[in-house]
Amino acid sequence: MSTPLQVTARLRDPVTTDDHIRGPADAAVTIVEYGDFQCQFCGAAYPNLHELLRQRADTVRLVYRYFPIANVHPYAERAAETAEAAGVRGRFWEMHDWLYEHQDQLDPVHLSLGVEQVGLPPDELNAEVENRAHADRVRRDFVGGIRSGVNGTPTLFVNGIRHDGGYDLPDLLTAADAAANA
Amino acid sequence: MSDPNGLIQPGRAAPGFALPATPDGALLGPEQFRGRPVVLAFYPADWSPVCGDQMSLYQSAAPVFAQYRAVVLGLSVDSIWSHRAFAESRGIEFPLLADFEPKGEVARSYGAYMANGEAARALVVLDPAGTVTWSYLSPPDVNPGADGIFDALDQLAADRKVMAG
Repeated sequence: MSTPLQVTARLRDPVTTDDHIRGPADAAVTIVEYGDFQCQFCGAAYPNLHELLRQRADTVRLVYRYFPIANVHPYAERAAETAEAAGVRGRFWEMHDWLYEHQDQLDPVHLSLGVEQVGLPPDELNAEVENRAHADRVRRDFVGGIRSGVNGTPTLFVNGIRHDGGYDLPDLLTAADAAANA
Repeated sequence: MSDPNGLIQPGRAAPGFALPATPDGALLGPEQFRGRPVVLAFYPADWSPVCGDQMSLYQSAAPVFAQYRAVVLGLSVDSIWSHRAFAESRGIEFPLLADFEPKGEVARSYGAYMANGEAARALVVLDPAGTVTWSYLSPPDVNPGADGIFDALDQLAADRKVMAG
């Protein structure tokens, strides 16, 4: 007789200095987000995560990892690689924010405008993305996510344990506060 | 409720079958893939939101499955026509098999058929010889992800290394 076995998925790739991190290094709570820039649910979670970081500025930090589901979201991979190209120039979060604030403008033409708005040279970034210079990094994040039990986007890990609750601000505050007090 | 006899367990020979599969309706079954690990992903239905995520997820993980030379087959009781439209809308390139007539026969033979007439959300990994090496029954509304599958495939690869050594 086999019964449903509830296994809590755990983050397998620890957070390192290679990660894109927003918030204090000594935060009691680390939230790792596996996200897809073209995913509407990630887009819906984005302002809530932003507000969570604002309200818990001393206790919570956010790590962003790429998880493009390319077969459903044709622009997701290119968006991720563009964010990484911005990241190597120290502008990851500016690009990340632009992408989530312009989810209806991720086609190559608008994306170039976005790169420009973030203050980076679009032609240079385009060339890198065309050469797939950042594909390995995006793939590495993806594989680490799938091995950790990412089952869709967004998937959050709160202090290493998969968050199976909602992404509204109250849900996120509750999860973060529970982890801080654990 | 799932099958009263329960999901097929490791160590058992995988029941053989051949079902119409996307994209062209050709008959597919695990025997055609002997020599490679086979992942059978039973799911309740095309179009229900959780399934869409699960099958899309497995498609997006195709390069990782390829590293293990693993074959992924999705199975539900939907017809080939539903499967085809579903696969097209989600960009799913691995085969979706129609356990449609006699309805759910294959799901039943794996202990992955529910009283409501849908397949259970069950994962079964077969070794290259066609023996069940891992199985997992998820609640119907929970996308089980792929971490358990890859752990099972890692275990298979490690066992083979030991046997070869």
